[in-house]
Amino acid sequence: MCLAIPGRIVEILPERENLALVDVSGVRRKIDVGLLSDDPAQAGDWVLIHVGFAMSKISEADAADQMRVLAMLGEDEAAMQEIEGYGLGQGGDGS
Amino acid sequence: MKFVDEFRRPELIAKAASEVRRLTDPGRHYRFMEVCGGHTHAIYRFGLRDLLPENIELIHGPGCPVCVLPMGRIDDGLSMTEQPGLIFTAFGDMMRVPGTKGSPLEFKARGADVRIVYSPADALKLAEKNPDRHVMFFAIGFETTAPSTALTLLRARAEGIRNFSIFCNHVTIIPAIRAILDSPDMRLDAFIGPGHVSTVIGCRPYEWIARHENKPIVVSGFEPLDMLESIVMLLRQLKEGRAEVENQYKRVVPWEGNKAALRSMSQTFALRPYFEWRGMGFISQSALRLRDEFAEFDAEQRFSVPGVRVTDPKAAQCGEVLKGVLKPAQCKLFGNECTPEQPVGALMVSSEGSCAAYYNYEHRKAALTSLTMPAAPAS
Repeated sequence: MCLAIPGRIVEILPERENLALVDVSGVRRKIDVGLLSDDPAQAGDWVLIHVGFAMSKISEADAADQMRVLAMLGEDEAAMQEIEGYGLGQGGDGS
Repeated sequence: MKFVDEFRRPELIAKAASEVRRLTDPGRHYRFMEVCGGHTHAIYRFGLRDLLPENIELIHGPGCPVCVLPMGRIDDGLSMTEQPGLIFTAFGDMMRVPGTKGSPLEFKARGADVRIVYSPADALKLAEKNPDRHVMFFAIGFETTAPSTALTLLRARAEGIRNFSIFCNHVTIIPAIRAILDSPDMRLDAFIGPGHVSTVIGCRPYEWIARHENKPIVVSGFEPLDMLESIVMLLRQLKEGRAEVENQYKRVVPWEGNKAALRSMSQTFALRPYFEWRGMGFISQSALRLRDEFAEFDAEQRFSVPGVRVTDPKAAQCGEVLKGVLKPAQCKLFGNECTPEQPVGALMVSSEGSCAAYYNYEHRKAALTSLTMPAAPAS
């Protein structure tokens, strides 16, 4: 559970503080970006996501590396299952 | 070394592997502990062992949150399912961890309302959606996960959500490393430092390991090349007689950590005077509880918790494996009574547990080889 999932911030959502829509391999979910409050996340940033919270900003190349590590570890399916399971909603559909 | 070709940048991996061999003193035995369970998983999955000289031994550390939780805490958490209308929530990793009366999944089968969540924020949302129920979140994890619980608590308070509580089992990595170094049956030369815990705590908290214990530590990424580079960095330090904290995972880990995350933790958590770790006994100041201001969200204060200590199944040697004294396969139950399908101990449950990692890669590989050997004797 210490492996982090890379994603790209699509937009910062106005509906509540520290909420952002993130894209992970084409799947979009809402996550919390409050842990980045010292260097706030912006649309287009790549982040590492852990249990529904962005924990650090990374480069696009490192995001690709991290996705590859997950695949090599056989954890990519579990990672996508986690992203799909996030319960804060998918955005864009009123959720 | 055919499998090297499957990795990215194979030429760099081959180069790092030969640098490891060049720096290794053949007359010396090296014992390196990888603290993090994610690294343990990676070591087995990538077959890293096969790239290292025989005299470098990798010892698996305590960095698997599910594995270090003693059975009594699982029983305590599950006892809350007796509360009328309570929804028990936990990460998927927890669901198959055996308690005395069964795992959370088995409690669910018997009718308890047990649900998997992927984030503490989801547990809070569940509480918002079910105002007539109480949602308890079984929080586990090191400093990687604790800030997410912290922000969830702050949000619960800000939004005035009263039907939500946390059963806090967050632990901290530094006291566990200290306990291992203090253990008389453990001799270690150096540490491969955890990657994602360090994104939160940074590298500074490890300085005492170098300064006072005179052991090198390198915070490492998770790719095969990362881990080989980290081992090269450790070997260089040992060869040059240095003991320092170095950061191989700079692309993700800032030296000072994530200050916002640390602030959120200090706002919501206080150190427990002591906490029991599976197989390692009580370690002082090694775990977090909710601060008194958050008492209404503290499941341990809200509900009566038995707080019993449960000894591990007698034959299981989880403690020795957790401390790195025994290798997984040296446990009497390994692969017989205890398998990933029917785990007796928690180290067999999580993919980061050294027993599950060893079983899934080494044990199955060995079983497969022995099956195919007669058919292909020449290979």
